Amino acid sequence: MKTVCLYFQVHQPWRLKKYRFFNMGKDHNYLDDLQNRAIMQKVARQCYLPMNALLLKLIKENKGKFRCSFSITGIAIEQMKAFAPEVLDSFKELAATGCVEFLAETYSHSLAALASKEDFEEQVKLHTNLIKKEFGVKPTAFRNTELIYSDEIGAMVAGMGFRTMLAEGAKHVLGWKSPNYVYANAIDQKLRLLLRNYKLSDDIAFRFSNQSWDQWPLTADKYVQWLASDETPGEVINLFMDYETFGEHQAADTGIFEFMRALPKAILAKKNGLEFATVTEAAKKYQPVAVLHCPHVMSWADEERDITAWLGNELQNEAFAKLYAQKEKIRTLKNPDFDYVWSFLQTSDHFYYMATKWLSDGDVHSYFNPYDSAYDAFINYMNVLSDFIIELDKAVAAKNARK
Amino acid sequence: MKVLMFGWEFPPHIAGGLGTACYGMTRGLARNGVDVTFVVPHAYGDEDQRFTHVLNASEVEALYGSTGSGADDILEKMSFIHIDSNMVPYISPEEYESYHEKYVKSGQHVWSTTDAWKQRYTFSGKYGANLMEEVARYAVVAAQVAKDLEGQFDVIHAHDWLTYYAGIAAKRVSGKPLVVHMHATEYDRSGENVNTQVHAIELNGMRAADRVIAVSNLTRNIVINRYGIPAEKVVTVHNAVRFAEKDTAVPERGVSDKIVTFLGRITYQKGPDYFVEAAAKVLKRVPNVRFVMAGSGDMMNHVIRRVARLGIADRFHFTGFLRGEDVHKMFQLSDVYVMPSVSEPFGISPLEAMRSNVPVIISKQSGVAEVLDYAVKVDYWDVDALADAIYGLIEYPALAKMFASKGLAEVTNLKWNDAAAKIKKVYEDAIEESKNQSK
Repeated sequence: MKTVCLYFQVHQPWRLKKYRFFNMGKDHNYLDDLQNRAIMQKVARQCYLPMNALLLKLIKENKGKFRCSFSITGIAIEQMKAFAPEVLDSFKELAATGCVEFLAETYSHSLAALASKEDFEEQVKLHTNLIKKEFGVKPTAFRNTELIYSDEIGAMVAGMGFRTMLAEGAKHVLGWKSPNYVYANAIDQKLRLLLRNYKLSDDIAFRFSNQSWDQWPLTADKYVQWLASDETPGEVINLFMDYETFGEHQAADTGIFEFMRALPKAILAKKNGLEFATVTEAAKKYQPVAVLHCPHVMSWADEERDITAWLGNELQNEAFAKLYAQKEKIRTLKNPDFDYVWSFLQTSDHFYYMATKWLSDGDVHSYFNPYDSAYDAFINYMNVLSDFIIELDKAVAAKNARK
Repeated sequence: MKVLMFGWEFPPHIAGGLGTACYGMTRGLARNGVDVTFVVPHAYGDEDQRFTHVLNASEVEALYGSTGSGADDILEKMSFIHIDSNMVPYISPEEYESYHEKYVKSGQHVWSTTDAWKQRYTFSGKYGANLMEEVARYAVVAAQVAKDLEGQFDVIHAHDWLTYYAGIAAKRVSGKPLVVHMHATEYDRSGENVNTQVHAIELNGMRAADRVIAVSNLTRNIVINRYGIPAEKVVTVHNAVRFAEKDTAVPERGVSDKIVTFLGRITYQKGPDYFVEAAAKVLKRVPNVRFVMAGSGDMMNHVIRRVARLGIADRFHFTGFLRGEDVHKMFQLSDVYVMPSVSEPFGISPLEAMRSNVPVIISKQSGVAEVLDYAVKVDYWDVDALADAIYGLIEYPALAKMFASKGLAEVTNLKWNDAAAKIKKVYEDAIEESKNQSK
């Protein structure tokens, strides 16, 4: 019996408005409200609402045998509350079925794991509390932003009490080993790792509508044959993808919803020997087969599966360093208004927009990028950050004066 | 006296100092009793098949929006002719080619750059495939203009190399004397790696001209020594600065820090690199200062990377390309203005900064250094001296105040009326001489 572990990532960044030098010191509203609302409502209409409804139907039809997992960033939940509360309600309905697990991650979809342990733990705590509050269950499994993982990061996660974590089944880390088994962290072996099967995941997430792909069109039957066949050996097949795959990246007219409607039934057909499990269930079910050594940081992004999409050039390094240099001031100030901005400025997407590596993955990068160039993104972000630093310094000085 | 003038930009739609200079100059000429017919390239959409558009000045005002002058005396003395063309100011043959390629790729009839941080170029498909072809085509149309206006002008005045062939063509058709105006030489734009085609056009233009006007002695020397133009033909007329009739309100300052500004095209010629290096040095000593680089250009991305690598991006800001009111606002927000040009034939922007009561630091390699006493002058390559000067002007208020007030007085005396009177004299000499030659 092989276990299929479906996991979906839900995230929308708070996009910054065009913020010029002349705004500095006068205008402290950094967000592009119109664009943020428009995108959240569009994605809600095309993806979140129809897909949540479909999943709910599938759960009911299959009487608890269809199970899946989600992680939703705090920033995305903020935007749902502001612009599309019915989306959050439909996620709560899914949570109430007991067949859906919600994972912990960083609140802001941030790169805090690469900044410092304190920043990281604070981000995770914020998110865990939010998920507990919204869905009534304390998360037991963890996924880091963009599946960013290393031995050290895993150890930090284990230190926070999580027993399961997701990571990329990157070829350069696995070598000859298969991603279709449970592995253990190299430093703290209590932490179990589920590794993304990137081939089978990307068949759905990236290649589904690609007509020049030799397997197009992909049907549920064909896909399940791959899962069930001996060509996919192992114990657990981890299909991790962006939730926006359904209806957004793969539009409704590609047939992606029909594919998902047919998939559970095909998987659960007796002859196939397949079953569904949530992340924590899958990790508990199997013993780790080995320790996974990953001394260097990896992620699920781009051909290189590293972190150069966010911290790969001098622009990104500068913005990152200047941002996290503010940490101490934020900590002493303890002002919710500042915490709020601090939170959304950390979102990894801002750094992604500053990437200048366009060789192998330029298409994917430009799809997600609202700026004309990395330089524009950098200027705009630094203008916002500079104004934020000015205001922060003023507030800290005022607080010290009161003492 | 009537003059047929070939320019390439006119306020407020300008990319650099040349449009500002042309505006001040034509106003000054009008005051001196000279009528100007101003010919500019202008890209019209495909729907319009005429080659030229004759407009009176009030139509231009309507087309461009108000130039904010409030004075109408100039309108009576001027008329405008638009020649349908893709030519844009400060464009190199290479850039023209790349824009043309993008235009062809876009498959549209009219193409505009979309990058919000940069200035806009509009391209239309019925023009020459490369800049040289376009310059030649422009000259053909200019000849037609000169023929149509026969007897309505006494002298031809052409600004910078893009319009020199037009000037030569007009001279051949009309037999009127030609004055060419060197606002910049190819050596200023490209250092020693001159574009030989551009260089050849400059040379031909100056050889064909009856008089060459240089914007500074610096430029005059280049014209004489490097282009081999006879010295008696070359006259220096320094640019001036025009005062706005009404003072606009000083914009409210958002940040309390001192602001040091670089405003200009971010290109090799303007020395943006030296500004960045000096900024890093100053920031090591003084925390409460911000540097602003206003403009766009081919070195912008390079400069942004350098700023990031120096780790000063939270105190070094980019505004992108500024126009109209924003330029003025930027000057008013500044505490120090820096023009570290590697090679600047004149450099009108420090004058505008001084007019806004801002002390300025200029490179010794600029023409404007010849007419200013109350400006700090440094060698463009001397980053330490530049950093010193910036430090002095922001840390010692007495010094900044002295430079600002004396500078304002000094710049007030640089009037376009006087410069225009000199230009008028050049016209008169050229006309006189050509009459003598034809006798």
